[in-house]
Amino acid sequence: MEYTLKELMTICAAREINNGDIVFCGTGISMLAAMAAKNINAPESVIFFETGAIDSELAHIPLAVADPRIMYHTSANGGLMDAFCTMQNPYVGQRVVGILGAAQIDIYGNLNSTVIGDYDAPDVRFSGSGGACDVASFVSRSIIFMKMEKRKFKKKLDYLTSPGYLDGPDGRKNAGLPPGGPDKVITDMGVMGFDPDTRQMILLGCFPGITPEQILDHMEFEIRTDRAVEIDVPTQTELTLLREKCDPHGLIL
Amino acid sequence: MTLKEAINRYVTDGCHLSIGGFTLNRNPMAAVHEIIRQEKRDLHVYAHSNGQGVDELIGGRCVSRLEIAYGGTGKFMSTCIRFRQAVQEQTIAVEDYSNFQMTLRFLAGAMGIPFLPTRSSLGTDIIEKWGFSQEFRHKDPRIPNQKLVVADNPFDGWRETEKVVLVPAINPDVTIIHVQTADVKGNCRMEGLTFADVEQAKASRVLIITCEDLVDEDYLKTEPDRNQIPFIHATAVVKVPFGAYPTACFQYYDYDPVYMKAYARAAKDDTVFDQFLNDMVFAHNTHADLLDHVGRHRLESILADRGCGYAKDLDRK
Repeated sequence: MEYTLKELMTICAAREINNGDIVFCGTGISMLAAMAAKNINAPESVIFFETGAIDSELAHIPLAVADPRIMYHTSANGGLMDAFCTMQNPYVGQRVVGILGAAQIDIYGNLNSTVIGDYDAPDVRFSGSGGACDVASFVSRSIIFMKMEKRKFKKKLDYLTSPGYLDGPDGRKNAGLPPGGPDKVITDMGVMGFDPDTRQMILLGCFPGITPEQILDHMEFEIRTDRAVEIDVPTQTELTLLREKCDPHGLIL
Repeated sequence: MTLKEAINRYVTDGCHLSIGGFTLNRNPMAAVHEIIRQEKRDLHVYAHSNGQGVDELIGGRCVSRLEIAYGGTGKFMSTCIRFRQAVQEQTIAVEDYSNFQMTLRFLAGAMGIPFLPTRSSLGTDIIEKWGFSQEFRHKDPRIPNQKLVVADNPFDGWRETEKVVLVPAINPDVTIIHVQTADVKGNCRMEGLTFADVEQAKASRVLIITCEDLVDEDYLKTEPDRNQIPFIHATAVVKVPFGAYPTACFQYYDYDPVYMKAYARAAKDDTVFDQFLNDMVFAHNTHADLLDHVGRHRLESILADRGCGYAKDLDRK
């Protein structure tokens, strides 16, 4: 069955979500990944927004995390304070999985969503952190969406908005952050993880037809590729559910 | 009091202003347009994740300084365009925080304490890089002398926490929020998510409330559990139907994709944008006049369906 890259990336992210996970999602593909998980492989996962909605039904796809569509049929409609406290809650916070995107990423999974160039005189200004820094600071596990481009996989970020492993295995601890950090980076060419010892990015899988060398060509830094396997293509069931139940009007796909 | 009078009286040039709502939802847009219409200048704006409201204020040349976590409206503008341009051209000064930090800052203001602690942003450039210089910070007593302060946990690592970030309180001169229902005294009932409107409202010296429905005194007291802001914080209450338009107001109306897309297109070009502001703001004396200009057909297309709280069949392509 034919599929698009965006569909493949969405399904890859959805497969990382388990029943019982509380999925924090942002705008766009991350929202779709959470919806896909809920409809395909993790019906008991809980969709959660920084704006304060918990367990949104998402009968229609939202176009922003404050879209009124996230407020329908929730377990509770609160506010930002509720949402960020949930991520740090000693009992349920551990179950929160963050899904994030950014303009730049480095080998330790740190993210930039603020500026390109000098902070005081930026070449390009982006939206800024929003809740991304808070999520990356607090949650035990996060999944990152990134497009493979040299200017995005950077040796050094122009601005560190959201913490990954900072500068290595003890980076988060030394800075005073709780344990946690990025778990997977889902790109348009393959999927990366992080070495448990060095906390550096490693290649876990390539999309069909893509070689590890091609992926390295799209990055400023080198990563280990010896564990990379070919990623399973989406099944017909996955694709049908994604297209027909999650985004029937193609607003994001 | 009319909205025109409320903005004229309370929003002064150079004042510290906070507006409620989040990206494309419940922004107090009627008030924002009135501020632009009255050509208020040199505002110091506080917001967490604002979108349409902040971008139009910046585009209207009303803003000099901005403390914010996020400027965007989701799919319509992943980064607010007038905001992006103003930062790149350095025509406004910006201080970056995260959403939780901004919320905690409003809460600290509402509580009357100088700061609150969090662990968010440790190790990041949000702590390292400052938009406002220390020198500038010393000039205005309304601004703290430091952006953020990293401190040791005074409880000796209790709760497995060695360090915290102290975020300074915000007490705006004026906060403007738009709610579904308020009574004549200023009690407020919001439906759907409250975002940080409650903290913003309570942190402020002056609170201007615009509302869809204005009800008699005591009406909201029949179901007080559904109210979030008591009247003791309120300064002015104005009934403004469609007061959040073109952003959404849960259970009343959706965002208007036609306006949002036209805005995003216009915002990319200075001349086109000025024309857009003329057509949508300056050409109209009041918000009701703007709504007449938009027309009944478009407003009907965004009316919320009963039950789900938004326009189910709205064409959002």
